[in-house]
Amino acid sequence: MRSYAPVRPGSIGQWLIVAVVVLYLGMILLLPVSAIVVQALKAGVGPLLQTFDDPAAVHGLRLSFALATVAMLANGVVGVAAALVLTRHRFLGRRLLDALVDLPLAVSPVMTGLAFLLLFGRSGWLESALDAAGWKVAFAFPGLVVATLFVTFPFTLREVAYVLEELGTDEEEAAATLGASPWHTFVRVTLPNIRYGLGYGVVLTTARALGEFGAVLVLGGAISGHTQTATTFIYNALEERQEPAAYSVALVLALASVLVLAALEWLKRRRRKEL
Amino acid sequence: MNGTHPAVAPGLGGLAVRAGVCAYVGALVALPLAALLIEGLGQGAAALWAAVSAPVAVEALRLTLLTAGIMALVNAVMGTATAWVLARYDFPGRGLLSALVDLPFAIPTLVTGVMLVLLFGPQSPLGGWLAAEGVRVAFAAPSIVLALLFITVPFVVRAVEPVLMEQDPAEEEAARTLGAGTFTVFRRVLLPPLFPALLSGTIRSYARALGEFGSIVVVSGNIPYQTLTAPIYVFGEIESGRSEVAAAVSVVLLAVALALSVGARAIERLTGTARA
Repeated sequence: MRSYAPVRPGSIGQWLIVAVVVLYLGMILLLPVSAIVVQALKAGVGPLLQTFDDPAAVHGLRLSFALATVAMLANGVVGVAAALVLTRHRFLGRRLLDALVDLPLAVSPVMTGLAFLLLFGRSGWLESALDAAGWKVAFAFPGLVVATLFVTFPFTLREVAYVLEELGTDEEEAAATLGASPWHTFVRVTLPNIRYGLGYGVVLTTARALGEFGAVLVLGGAISGHTQTATTFIYNALEERQEPAAYSVALVLALASVLVLAALEWLKRRRRKEL
Repeated sequence: MNGTHPAVAPGLGGLAVRAGVCAYVGALVALPLAALLIEGLGQGAAALWAAVSAPVAVEALRLTLLTAGIMALVNAVMGTATAWVLARYDFPGRGLLSALVDLPFAIPTLVTGVMLVLLFGPQSPLGGWLAAEGVRVAFAAPSIVLALLFITVPFVVRAVEPVLMEQDPAEEEAARTLGAGTFTVFRRVLLPPLFPALLSGTIRSYARALGEFGSIVVVSGNIPYQTLTAPIYVFGEIESGRSEVAAAVSVVLLAVALALSVGARAIERLTGTARA
């Protein structure tokens, strides 16, 4: 079977379609991005550097990067394990697990925050147990962690599961037949095969964790210098009409997402070459 | 064809991993959602109905469904066109355009909202000009649609693109040999195989839009009965300490989003395009 190779647009009609798409994406995506770039250029580097003198802004950014690191590690490890279980194991309840792991994508971040508040908040299911143990989850760091873990859980899992499905089990079976232990098979055969999918998932997880807003706002309470993340700092700054501070931190996050985008593209190209 | 059956029956280690994964998903995903369901449904049908049928809630739900609907229509058309252009044509900047499509995955939704405020807010040149022309975008309903269009760009494109890549030119050539014109070829030969992916991508973008919060909360103005969407209404109810009302509206919205996800998944399963 052949497939289409991309060709130079040959007629006016074809160039027109290309132009319409370029114009549309330019309007929907690039125009808003250019607005923040213009704002940053207009303000100059002064206010941007001043932002780094604001302890609340610095704390928010550091907190967001810390949460992204935790999510990347925890959901990276569990995501790979879950992808293996879903694609390589057959057991009662597999379909249920398969449905559950996709759920975070369907839940609004606000509702995620609410769901955890109903567990950990005032008169929540686990409140008395946590009180007895002296743990604080809602409006504290652990709350931010669980909220971030929830919203980012599907990303690594889905990317890795997709690659595992494509790969099939031939190589793993060969390794097992040759006497490799399951762990050895995983480290020497499976892991190298899934590395770009895993990388892609981990980058998506990081981006989503850095940008998470609704769930950490509801469950964390955005207490300045305590549970205020980069995004909730921006939100509070806008509420208090401190626009320059809000724009500066937004610009930092926008710059981070350019890096994320570059990483995603690179991984996508590498993966395409391998498959 | 690669083997797809389980490699080996899992040993003790494999079973431990399986148990660990089930426990993690149970505690992190199932438990909080169970709490939300029980809070939303637990007060009985009358309380649920009272919460959902309050005029503010009805308007918020209506606005959410409507703006998401407009977004989905635009996305279905422009997403397919974008996928088409990326899959079929080679032109300067094609790689950049392809990367740009993924931008919404990389950028925080709150930052999207901030960018739209900067672009269309009353202090901006564009916003000022539009206001002088009598067009309100920021703090009005159009800003909601624009925010939704921004965040959902990848959905239809990434669903349709792989199908386009796999199409065999022989079919189009056969149709042309038989005398079909460009439009007929598109409508009768090229479009039908795209349709399932197009539909599932559109449904997924709609489901995603129903829950959107960060980009809308800063740009829409959140005026009850006018620009207050359902997730932001839920947020307001949580802040006011009425978590039972918030949970009730959440359950309704969640049910719609879940039904849509299940539908999209069924389409992907049936047509073998199980990829987001």
